[in-house]
Amino acid sequence: MIAPSIEYSALLPMIIVFGAGVVGVLVEAFVPRRFRHAVQVILALAALAAAFVQVVRLGGTEIIGAVGSVAIDGPALFLQGTVLVLAFISMFFFAERRIEAGGNAFAPAASSLPGSEEERVLVQQRALQTEIYPLSMLAVGGMMLFPAANDLLAMFVALEVLSLPLYILCGMARRRRLLSQEAAMKYFLLGAFASGFFIFGASFVYGFAGSLEFAEIDAALGARVGQEGLLLAGVGMMAVGLLFKIGAVPFHAWTPDVYQGAPTQVTAFMAACTKLAAFGAMMRLFYVGLGGIRTDWQPMLWAVAIATMVVGIVVALSQTDIKRMLAYSSIAHGGFILTAFVAVDELAIAAILFYLAAYGFVTLGAFAVVTLVRDAGGEATHLSKWAGLGRRSPLLAATFGLFLLALAGIPLTSGFVGKLTVFTAAFQGGAMPLVIVGVLVSAVAAFFYVRVIVLMFFSDPAPEGPTVAVPSVWTTAGIAVGAVATIVLGVLPGPLLDLAEQAALFIR
Amino acid sequence: MDLYAPMIGLIILGAVFAVFSVVVSTVIGPKRYNRARLDSYECGIEPTPQPVGGGRIPIKYYLTAMTFIIFDIEIIFLYPWAVRFDHLGVFGFVAMVTFLFLITVPFVYEWRRGGLEWD
Amino acid sequence: MNTTLLTQSVAAQTETHQAVREASGLFSGTWLLIALPLLGAALLLLGGRRLDRTGHLVGCATVIASFVVAAVLFVAMLGEGSGERAFLIPLWEWFNAGGYEVEISLLLDQLSMAFVLLITGVGSLIHVYSIGYMEHDERRRRFFGYLNLFVAAMLLLVLASDFLVLFIGWEGVGLASYLLIGFWQHKPSAAVAAKKAFVVNRVGDMGMVLAVASMLVVFGSSSYAVVFAGTENAPVGWLNAIGLFLLLAACGKSAQFPLQSWLLDAMEGPTPVSALIHAATMVTAGVYLIVRSAAIFDLAPEARTAVVVVGAVTLLMGAIIGCAKDDIKKALAGSTMSQIGYMMLAAGLGPAGYAFAIFHLITHGFFKANLFLGAGSVMHGMNDEVDMRRFGALRAAMPVTFATFAIGYLAIIGIPPFAGFFSKDQIIEAAFAEGLVVGLCALLGAGITAFYMTRVMLMTFLGSKRWAEEAHPHESPRVMTWPLIALGALSVVGGAGLLYLGGGIVDWLEPVTGEEHHDLPVPLAVLMTSTLITVLAGAAVAWLLYGRRPVPEVAPRGNPLTVAARRDLYGDAVNEGLFMRPGQYLTRSLVYAESRGVDGTIVGAAKAVGGLSTRWRRWQTGFVRSYALTMLAGAGLVVIAMLLVRLP
Repeated sequence: MIAPSIEYSALLPMIIVFGAGVVGVLVEAFVPRRFRHAVQVILALAALAAAFVQVVRLGGTEIIGAVGSVAIDGPALFLQGTVLVLAFISMFFFAERRIEAGGNAFAPAASSLPGSEEERVLVQQRALQTEIYPLSMLAVGGMMLFPAANDLLAMFVALEVLSLPLYILCGMARRRRLLSQEAAMKYFLLGAFASGFFIFGASFVYGFAGSLEFAEIDAALGARVGQEGLLLAGVGMMAVGLLFKIGAVPFHAWTPDVYQGAPTQVTAFMAACTKLAAFGAMMRLFYVGLGGIRTDWQPMLWAVAIATMVVGIVVALSQTDIKRMLAYSSIAHGGFILTAFVAVDELAIAAILFYLAAYGFVTLGAFAVVTLVRDAGGEATHLSKWAGLGRRSPLLAATFGLFLLALAGIPLTSGFVGKLTVFTAAFQGGAMPLVIVGVLVSAVAAFFYVRVIVLMFFSDPAPEGPTVAVPSVWTTAGIAVGAVATIVLGVLPGPLLDLAEQAALFIR
Repeated sequence: MDLYAPMIGLIILGAVFAVFSVVVSTVIGPKRYNRARLDSYECGIEPTPQPVGGGRIPIKYYLTAMTFIIFDIEIIFLYPWAVRFDHLGVFGFVAMVTFLFLITVPFVYEWRRGGLEWD
Repeated sequence: MNTTLLTQSVAAQTETHQAVREASGLFSGTWLLIALPLLGAALLLLGGRRLDRTGHLVGCATVIASFVVAAVLFVAMLGEGSGERAFLIPLWEWFNAGGYEVEISLLLDQLSMAFVLLITGVGSLIHVYSIGYMEHDERRRRFFGYLNLFVAAMLLLVLASDFLVLFIGWEGVGLASYLLIGFWQHKPSAAVAAKKAFVVNRVGDMGMVLAVASMLVVFGSSSYAVVFAGTENAPVGWLNAIGLFLLLAACGKSAQFPLQSWLLDAMEGPTPVSALIHAATMVTAGVYLIVRSAAIFDLAPEARTAVVVVGAVTLLMGAIIGCAKDDIKKALAGSTMSQIGYMMLAAGLGPAGYAFAIFHLITHGFFKANLFLGAGSVMHGMNDEVDMRRFGALRAAMPVTFATFAIGYLAIIGIPPFAGFFSKDQIIEAAFAEGLVVGLCALLGAGITAFYMTRVMLMTFLGSKRWAEEAHPHESPRVMTWPLIALGALSVVGGAGLLYLGGGIVDWLEPVTGEEHHDLPVPLAVLMTSTLITVLAGAAVAWLLYGRRPVPEVAPRGNPLTVAARRDLYGDAVNEGLFMRPGQYLTRSLVYAESRGVDGTIVGAAKAVGGLSTRWRRWQTGFVRSYALTMLAGAGLVVIAMLLVRLP
């Protein structure tokens, strides 16, 4: 037996981010409270930037490393790079301290009872929550591993590593803490349930193929006759675990509750990055490991895609809370991506990669704007409060309008190019009915995004409307990056599309 | 299916044995009730009075339990590594040292944050 | 882009084989036309208060510079031989995804040149006029920023070489239009009007989206080159569908029946906006769209008939509405609808009418801008009064305004030798050549036009003084009257000049639109005479009703037609009955729970979806146990689905 080895160089981006998470825990343990926030922010940003540099350095690499369990190839690097950029911007929002006077958006101590004396004292002392940084580093690490995981076990580990910190982050809101904790609890319970499905399904597939590695599963697909039941049930259950993370119908029920309850900064981070990582993982599992039985899982995903688009948009119509509305919209966008997913070719991969990146920036920006519209109780997320916002803060409302237009897929925004590419991919993949549903649903969707724009610009302001908080340079910069990315990817999407096309090849 | 036949046999055997022992003990066992028998079993000590439904267990209990699990898992990984130490070589050594370090970090964190102070 | 393909296609589009050449030399600077006003808009909107004092000059300078560029390009284009005047200016590849390629490039040919000159020319005059009109408005800088934005978007619309790029300009002019209609947002009516324009235009945009989507399906591209080249081999059913979708889009933007209702309300915007956007340029974009899509309509007879019907209906509707309005701007707005109806009608006649549609569009741009600016000048002098029953006898107080307005008046009703005579007469002729009913509609419209315009003229400038007590009418400053004079001059010479000078506009446009000679059922002289008689009769009736008798200061109750016309011929009621009510009934039968829409703007089918939405929303109970159960059921379905696929 030859001793195994690890390709440290190819895994360096993940090692850096995980390392930053571990160091962050030690910072929590040893650095005095006064300096902790600054140290953590610098550490997180530096680690993400360094990891991104490493990803760029690795561009074009194609290896299966870590004894077959991690694949570093085009899609993995593209998604890792995108996650790093999006997480970098998310950290800006985490670091915002001006909106909540003297604090950030998180509870000073997540363990203190809501409404207790302990909480009150901590708020008075202006204690700052800093554990969010190591937690988010660990989550980012998991998100980087997820699309790179090349066997079922690594995939499961990545799934858990990215999920567990998110569960905690969701429960850490500074305001409306009970709602936030409820969201965390729901997310945790349902997430654990979904993970259970995934690992159960994985064990079935292992039982069928006798291996955890995707390449060997692929090889086993045609070879073993008579046990397809085991395989298909296993694939179905693994799909449940992954579709849960994407928020596809009927595994979407957690999305609105969690998006609404979580601190909005975390929602932004989660909505942009988790979906990205989950789609990456799903592509690798279904394309590399299970591509041979695509005719078996395509019909199921067709149904899921249609249900996801339709339910997401239709329910979004009657939402009165902006965060819930964006949550349903994110469900529907998952459905749009699924339309290309069933096409299974390089064009589809490129389309999905581009869409995920474009959508990530828009989502980050949109949620960040939500953090700024506030009244006495914190963020004013009820839609009626947003009436007439365009009169009081034209710039902010216009920026939000831009994000909404991008979500609706209006030309010259990144959303348009994204939608066009996924629909083209689906069309060429023979999924014409999906494209028709997608276009119809987009039309309805455009209606409700536009409704919010009408509400902001053409309605009278609510008499006791919210004020728009003046953010520090952190949030401003983050929103600006999101807006610029939205326009640039809409006007000049060529370079990123080319990059996505070059990256659109899975190593087997 | 031949592959799974012994497994299924074992599952059936286990189930039969469990049902058999419960049924048999109620059928042939002596039935003498007293207070001690009806109390919940707590290592032979007098049970503390508790509200209906079990009540809350102090959060410290979980901290201790989790600290225990950390070391428990550490041991679980150390055994097979020790057995195959010669084969795994430098790779295994580096991996295990990394693992031990990672296990230590949360422990240090818990210690610095006062998780080990009982009151 | 494949130039040979492009060449073939545009050749196929017309009978005359005009080749599109890659632009070189002077023509490669065409992008400056758009870039200049866009730069102005960016400066003004992002520049902040530093530009408050000089902003209007920046706004004017960029548009005038754009006009200069246009004029240079025009002269250069004259230097090229006829049939060699189409240029393609590639800018950059927008995206290329899976074989669907969109290149941002501009197409400068005779048709877009005519529009560019109109937009920048009239646009410059109106910019200058606005300096005076908006002098006391503290948000003047922003106003000029929006106007510049409009000009840039409108130029992109007419210079695009791809339906998708055209759509961007289309949305851009829409955006500028809403911003400017609602410019005085402190007035609730302005905000409501902006909202209405926005919502109604969404319906039209849906047509545009469907048209582009259909093109992608049929031709695999949305560029003019590929689409027009492919029409010959495309199924007629699809062509008709695309044509109807384009017509729907045109109806939204050009305020044609049944999407006309927003234009009257749009008069809430500042008057220069009404002149530029809602009379001279933006509302004619629908006509441009149809003429540009000639290759599609030529092969889609049903769609073309629909265009003619829409044009004829709107022509009469707008004219009737114009008769009953006491608000001078709304009377003019009704007239705009009606005149655009003429253009649509002409465009629907095919190659026989395209050139005349554009001809009338340009002359209309001159005289209607002139009339609107005149109305603005009157309002400027009368404390922003718009009710014509409070005007009267302004001839003496505002001589320049009166003179120019009178020229516009003579031009619109079609008295020779003013501009409208030439252009409208051509359309009426073409309409008679098409068929008697269409011709009579056009003729009747001319009569009604004469009636309501005479009414406007009489009530505003002649008759007795019915001014409000605090009114002190005075002539507007020079900066406002000079543009009036310029537009007045164009309203005089524009018609004959365009028709006869150097071969005229018909020859100019012929390489793009094609030409078709029609045979009149009656001699030309007879037709001309009867047109003139109809016009004079209309004016005479107006004189009898409004010139000889004093005009009451409060509107009389009037007959049912007047009442209907005052209410925009129940355009809103029709919309409500046609779109909103059925949707509401559907919703009610679908859901017992009230839809809790945030805002009342949900229209039609969306209401039904809304009902479904509230019902589905109830799945979201908030209980983890029910979520988990849903997931379990879903998982069961997924696994069963996976297993079933293998069963057969």
